[in-house]
Amino acid sequence: MHTPLRSLVAAVSVAAFAFSAPVSAQQKVKIGFISTFSGPQGVMGQFMKESVELAIDHLGGKVGGLPVEMFYGDDQLKPDVGVQVAEEMLKKNQVDFVSGIIWSNVMMAVVPVVTGSNKIMVGTNAGASPLAGSQCNKLYFSTSWNNDQTPEAMGKFLQDNGVNDLYVMAPNYQAGKDMVAGLKRYYKGRIVEEVYTKLGQQDYQAEITQLRAKSPKAVFAFYPGGMGIQFLKQYDQAGLRGQLPLYTVYTVDEISIPAVKDAAVGIYETRYWSPDLKNPANDKFVADYKKKYGKLPVFYGAQSYDGIMLIDSAIKAVKGNLSNVDGMVKAMEKADFKSLRGPFTYNVNHHPIQNFYLLKTEKLASGDIEMRIQKTIFEKHKDSYFQDCKMK
Amino acid sequence: MTFGLLFEQLLNGLQFGVTLFLMAAGLTLVFGIMNFINLAHGSLYMVGAYLALAAANWTGSYLAGVALGLAGTLVVGMAVEVVALRNLYDRDHLDQVLATFGLILFFNELVAIIWGRAALFASPPSWLAGHIDLFTGSRYPAYRAAIILVGLVTALILWYVVTRTRLGMLIRAGASNRTMVAALGVNIRLLYTVVFGFGAALAGLAGLMAGPIYNVQPGMGELVLIQVFVVIVIGGIGSVRGALVGAIIVGIVDTLGRAFLKPLMATIVSAPAAESAGPALASMLIYLLMAVVLAFRPQGLFPARGG
Repeated sequence: MHTPLRSLVAAVSVAAFAFSAPVSAQQKVKIGFISTFSGPQGVMGQFMKESVELAIDHLGGKVGGLPVEMFYGDDQLKPDVGVQVAEEMLKKNQVDFVSGIIWSNVMMAVVPVVTGSNKIMVGTNAGASPLAGSQCNKLYFSTSWNNDQTPEAMGKFLQDNGVNDLYVMAPNYQAGKDMVAGLKRYYKGRIVEEVYTKLGQQDYQAEITQLRAKSPKAVFAFYPGGMGIQFLKQYDQAGLRGQLPLYTVYTVDEISIPAVKDAAVGIYETRYWSPDLKNPANDKFVADYKKKYGKLPVFYGAQSYDGIMLIDSAIKAVKGNLSNVDGMVKAMEKADFKSLRGPFTYNVNHHPIQNFYLLKTEKLASGDIEMRIQKTIFEKHKDSYFQDCKMK
Repeated sequence: MTFGLLFEQLLNGLQFGVTLFLMAAGLTLVFGIMNFINLAHGSLYMVGAYLALAAANWTGSYLAGVALGLAGTLVVGMAVEVVALRNLYDRDHLDQVLATFGLILFFNELVAIIWGRAALFASPPSWLAGHIDLFTGSRYPAYRAAIILVGLVTALILWYVVTRTRLGMLIRAGASNRTMVAALGVNIRLLYTVVFGFGAALAGLAGLMAGPIYNVQPGMGELVLIQVFVVIVIGGIGSVRGALVGAIIVGIVDTLGRAFLKPLMATIVSAPAAESAGPALASMLIYLLMAVVLAFRPQGLFPARGG
């Protein structure tokens, strides 16, 4: 009696194991990644997607030890489309995390949808200030920055170097105004003129003529995406590059340099990361990215890579129990992963505390044009909104 | 505001205007003669820029790039007309808008597949990379001066073709009364294809000249297209003369508005008010101008005769 019972128990447990094994093998993590993949800005989404795929390669095809299924969604740069895509990911695909998103207006619309479904949102670009301040959320994490931080770093650099008579140019929309506000938080010198141009403007010759007539000592500009390519080219064609120093934010990057080539040489940027930043994680990322895609990565990609690594650390901390959302939030707050930017901690508003560097575009001996870190401007820089965040 | 500054801004406005004119000329002829709304005109601008850049890289010569780019856009334009648009002339405008919008998506994806989504590098030829000294003591980019010259010469050639040649006579006749021209034994289908092809080549010329100043990337044509529609509404639909005048007015109004509206407003209202209203008003200026023209001369400044 004893022996048959034991073998029965053994048989049952083997059977149970046999049946349960495939179930746990089927358990996987589903991640929705929303970005802009179509239209003129689709190239940014492509760099982000490539970096996400490289991150998953580096993790051996798993995230948090679980097999991963990725869902990529195109927001077409429209908040309503972003919301639609997020809802489909949450309801139809049953994703565990949503990540990505380039534009602040899309982010503002999508975050409540994701957090409202009790899922974690990992923003990997847009740095809308309300999300760092009054509208912060325990389920929302950023692996990028708050919009104001980068121009703050540039403002500090200009102030420290005694630059005066600055000419300021930006597109006439919210982020343009925010960038100038961030600049002015640290730059207290004279501003010759603040010029706001139409969003998406192609031709800056009229503004450049006005600029030259005012004879400033330096120029600050914020022209993201295609606007930057046009502005840099025309600034160069007007013969101003090399004559009048140009300090920019989000204007020169690894996407725009191939399109403007020499017109970018000698331009300054501030940023939290650069391909030449020295740390083991970044060395590996940049080398493997070059090998896999034949080009340099861009910061949009670096922070998307970090987003996947952050999710990985959270799932590992709860041992793959994806229903333990609170546990994952707790783990993410520790930022226990090797960020490509080196030192990385989370502030109380789930936005990074990080360093900012001065970058300059240089023509290397090989003839390649790349950005190089010149110096550290801020160490462990916090955004200016976290005090407004009433989390917990 | 000194005279030198004003003069330089007028040059900027003229340069912007002639670029718009090259686009508007083709669009207005197609609309006037074939009564056809072609939203895909911006795609032909993009095709011109891409083909010229690819040909210049391939041959190593800027001028060969220009020649091949123009010829290529002409061929693409004619092919699109024969394959797709020919069947749409008898349909109403909404169908045409839908079909040509589809063409925009088609061309944007096509160039993204062939050349990638990232913007490509295009530079002016080395012999146009410098500056010319203006009598005002300021310097002006030689490439922009060359655009003004090419644009004005093209306008002159177009004027000659339309008013002094047999082809031009047929074009004008077609704009006035299509049925009668067809009844007189003119191969109106061929005429349409030729007009569409040359309209495409003009858009291609605008695109390939814009490449080194703006950026060459999928979707580059759509940004210009809206302003081009404003030009043909102001100038009068179907009229090349109207397109030229409309384009130069739009170019100059837009440029001067961006340059001088804010300081001008600051003399009337308070500085902070001018600071916030100036840029907004400057970017609306050409649309306000269009509204005024529509209110007082709904047919445009120089409407084509007949209809």
